[in-house]
Amino acid sequence: MLSEIIVTVNGVPVTVPSGATVTTAVLLAGKACRTSVSGEPRGPLCGMGICFECRVAINGKPHCQSCQTLCEQGMEVRTDE
Amino acid sequence: MSREVRQRFDVLVVGGGPAGVAAAVRAAEAGVRVGVVDDNVNLGGQIWRGGPEHEKETSAAGWISRLRASGATILCGLRIFHQPEAGVLLAEGHDDLHVLSYTKLVLATGARERFLPFPGWTLPNVTGVGGLQAMVKSGLPIRGKRVVIAGTGPLLLAVAAYLREHGAEIPIICEQASWSSLARFGVALFGQPGKIAQGLQLKRQLAGIKFSANSWPLAVHGKAAVEAVVIFRRGQTEAIACDYLACGFHLVPNIELPLLLGCQIQRGYVRVDDYQRTTVQEILCAGEPTGIGGVELSLAEGQIAGLVASGQMTEAKKLFGARNRARYFARSLDRAFRLRSELRRLPSPDTIVCRCEDIRYSRLSRHTSWRSAKLHTRCGMGPCQGRVCGTSTEFLFKWNPDSVRPPILPVRVESLAAMSSELDLECSGVSGGHK
Repeated sequence: MLSEIIVTVNGVPVTVPSGATVTTAVLLAGKACRTSVSGEPRGPLCGMGICFECRVAINGKPHCQSCQTLCEQGMEVRTDE
Repeated sequence: MSREVRQRFDVLVVGGGPAGVAAAVRAAEAGVRVGVVDDNVNLGGQIWRGGPEHEKETSAAGWISRLRASGATILCGLRIFHQPEAGVLLAEGHDDLHVLSYTKLVLATGARERFLPFPGWTLPNVTGVGGLQAMVKSGLPIRGKRVVIAGTGPLLLAVAAYLREHGAEIPIICEQASWSSLARFGVALFGQPGKIAQGLQLKRQLAGIKFSANSWPLAVHGKAAVEAVVIFRRGQTEAIACDYLACGFHLVPNIELPLLLGCQIQRGYVRVDDYQRTTVQEILCAGEPTGIGGVELSLAEGQIAGLVASGQMTEAKKLFGARNRARYFARSLDRAFRLRSELRRLPSPDTIVCRCEDIRYSRLSRHTSWRSAKLHTRCGMGPCQGRVCGTSTEFLFKWNPDSVRPPILPVRVESLAAMSSELDLECSGVSGGHK
């Protein structure tokens, strides 16, 4: 990995290697991605865009699949916690 | 309204894994206009995931650089969700809508892991086996973490080797298949020199890791995330502390798009002839959707599909032998890793089966069909549209999946609007291709 990227997860800065997905940033921040309809914390399951458990808000846009999105410098990620 | 991009291809390939890449290469090298569309951010599909820096397999690097040199248009990060008329597909990008027209279509949509529900499986850090590998390839540090690997299939061993190489501690691999079933599988591989080498290489990488056949997870314990997994092994239960449980029960083909396009499905797979042609004219299919078989089979089928789609029938025929040998391996996989019936009893009444809508086992077990369960409980009607729970209920209750309706993935409102305007046209008789 050549460079590092800094994003924020729920306002807290997280450093990830370039090429990392937003899922990685959320896991590094120690956060669950979303809260299920009955209130359970959920994290990523499939890692390949099938299960939709890794949904987060990215730069204000809700319900983004974090495993299908690469981190970009300054990106603001919000989990559903 | 999002930006609309229209493109037309002689051969459009859906899927950028080995089958799709091989199809696109063979077609594009013949000089026809080829497009490859994939929903992931990079080419390579799941098996070649992660871009060139992760490609240890020389075949991956070779095929992908050949594709880049072939002149094919590569469209990554696009999700196909609808066919407004025959020969046209709609795909959604991050902030645009793509209208893709084709003369020939090659479906190489790959496979996903089969997940089965058991108490605690919805806790964070319970992931798929390929799922965890994908996350590590995407930057998740795994060094020093304890990872229990469970489920079934050759992926368990391959991922254990990968994770250990990246510093994870693997206390055990739990394989549900029996020793006798695995031994039969081992025997079946003697006809396959390539596979044996691969197996031996893994054996060295896996030295010292505890491997248990006839073994499966019963429950996961933890508060905010996994703390321990209870496994069944040697007729007894055993609790093992871990940071992750990577659990997947072999692979199932992604057949939602073939179904939407009207391709006939036979025993769960897309039906194709010797030339990889589906039952729908102008549509071919290659790789896992025609039968789970791994990279070699996917490369052979993909090449055949690409050659046929670009009119090179004689060249295609030359690959029939290689494909048929690889198919023999595929059949032995299916037999060796067939799920045992005890796994149907893994969920307890309050275990969540549908993770999108939080539908528990007890609510589903009252129903006699997937359709009835769907209509009465909303099972399978969340964003994953049954890709996870439909696959598990097919095994748990022997339910047959429903027909597929557009959009086959959740899309933005603008995309829905584009879809409904196309549908209006269809209803008024202007365009009547979609059946």
